[in-house]
Amino acid sequence: MTAYLLRRLGTSIIVLIGISIFIFLLLHAIFPSPARVELGLRANQAQVNAWNLQHGFDRPVIEQYLSYINGLLHGNLGYSYADNQTVAALFAERLARSIYLSGISLLFAILIALPLGIFQAVKRNSLGDNVATSAAFILYSMPSFFLGIILIQVFAISFPIFSFEASQSTSIWVVMGDWNAMFLPILTLTLLTVANFSRYMRSSSIDVLAQDYIKVARAKGLPERLVLMRHMVRNASLPMITLIGLFLPALLAGNLIVETLFNYQGLGLLFYNSLSKEDYPVLLAYTLIGAVFVVLGNLVADIALTVADPRIRLA
Amino acid sequence: MAAGQQSSLPPLDVTRAPEGGEVGAVQSGWRLALREFVRNRLAVVGFGILLFFLVFCFLGPLFYHGDVLQVSLINAHDPPGAGHPLGTDENGFDVLGELMKGGQAALEIGFFAAFVAITIGALVGAVAGLAGGIVDTVLMRVVDIFLSVPFLFVVLILAVRYGATVLSLSLVIGGFSWQVPARLVRGEVLTIRERDFVLAARTAGAGRWRLIRRHLLPNSLGVMIVNVTFQVADAILAVAYVGFLGFGLHYPNLDWGDMISDGIGYIEDGYWWLIYPVGVCIVLTVMALNFIGDALRDSLDVRLRRR
Repeated sequence: MTAYLLRRLGTSIIVLIGISIFIFLLLHAIFPSPARVELGLRANQAQVNAWNLQHGFDRPVIEQYLSYINGLLHGNLGYSYADNQTVAALFAERLARSIYLSGISLLFAILIALPLGIFQAVKRNSLGDNVATSAAFILYSMPSFFLGIILIQVFAISFPIFSFEASQSTSIWVVMGDWNAMFLPILTLTLLTVANFSRYMRSSSIDVLAQDYIKVARAKGLPERLVLMRHMVRNASLPMITLIGLFLPALLAGNLIVETLFNYQGLGLLFYNSLSKEDYPVLLAYTLIGAVFVVLGNLVADIALTVADPRIRLA
Repeated sequence: MAAGQQSSLPPLDVTRAPEGGEVGAVQSGWRLALREFVRNRLAVVGFGILLFFLVFCFLGPLFYHGDVLQVSLINAHDPPGAGHPLGTDENGFDVLGELMKGGQAALEIGFFAAFVAITIGALVGAVAGLAGGIVDTVLMRVVDIFLSVPFLFVVLILAVRYGATVLSLSLVIGGFSWQVPARLVRGEVLTIRERDFVLAARTAGAGRWRLIRRHLLPNSLGVMIVNVTFQVADAILAVAYVGFLGFGLHYPNLDWGDMISDGIGYIEDGYWWLIYPVGVCIVLTVMALNFIGDALRDSLDVRLRRR
């Protein structure tokens, strides 16, 4: 197993290096320098060149890349000229909110999807199963903003129960306590995640139900409830581990669409605002960190699965 | 037995050879797949919906002339009624006409992006699978790198800069969606290249490109077709997201996501016709494609292999 993990780690590092080069080159090609943003559109070429010289944007790309990575490893994510703050500061003030939104939705999604998948497998092809499968199908064919709009229409406008805007408070504790404002964004994310997760839970539960050890457990006289809880849950949740690992990037990169729709001051909304302002340092740091978390998420999912499933370990 | 009753059996004819089993007509794999596909009701429904949208979006404007170009503020925000079956939007444009126009963009981008993705992916996958060794390793690392790119972010960044046309959006979306088909085709090629007919072709002197073009890719078509269908669905969703955030097509073109983002400004005013018809169109189109893809996966992946 150690050999496998070492190989996986090695591959991940290669991919990380490769992806950092790719994204840096891509963004450098699109936005070579923030000089125009800082100096304004009327600045002439000489001023732009001087600014570039002063801030190191006229160096060869390799040099810029290496110094950027060096800064990244020391916690310097760049400087946002449009917002006049370091990128790290911009991220720090929104990180907690994004983690809260994504984390709580993930938690609820797992709590709902796990039993739902098992229920769907046990009562396969019953009315409940078909309703749930159809609902899941519709939900993942739906763009996330449309689900959000429907929920807003039903729960915030037609029947004014909740607020259509997420909490605007800067304190994470107030946000966490403000269920009236946070309910709809959390519900949107949770429903979409459940729709995705329950598909896998359902098919893995169906697979597990067909296994011999379930038959043996039943033949031994174990009550159905214990069969499900002791044998089924553990084995059917294995794909869930992979899914959670794959969900990690969304957790920290912010749920772009939902945050924009509900005006929630998280990392996703920051990305959207930076797009409109063409705030290249923020976009670069954001995309790089997003990519790092995708790689990390895959690695964590692989490792967790190897730890949880001895069959992979011994294979 | 009463006298005169005829025996029901034919007279024993010893000159005819005993019948072996009847050899049934060999059905081509495609025919079998089609039959299996048609038996899946959801797939037929999906196909019907897709066909409806194709006709609606591309042939509709020939029969229904909803104005989407001339601003007419006096007609702005008309509810559905005479002359405007789905009402008008903030510029006085007819919503039904906008649906057709947006649908054209969505379907065009969807299919073209899927085409770009499958072309790049199939080539990369076939070359990687056939060559093996260091080429394969390098190409698969490249696939891993592209897979780790956060899709929506990169697509949005590129769309901000280059996004305002059907062609550029298709290239951007397709350019980051080829990784999965590459992996799938590589897997297929790894299996197919061990087959006897490939060995025979090689012995006859077939070069690498001929092998790919004539033998490997045609036999991977099943996997590719299934994937293309899902690619179209994903591309249409991606266009909706990009349009919703405001980085899609601009006047005089429009797309569905754009329509929704304009519409939600008026959600509190109750102008439902600006939002829900578009949303339902998106959901129906993507659902139809997902139905078709699921059914194709069930019918193609096994049948073609049996051939």
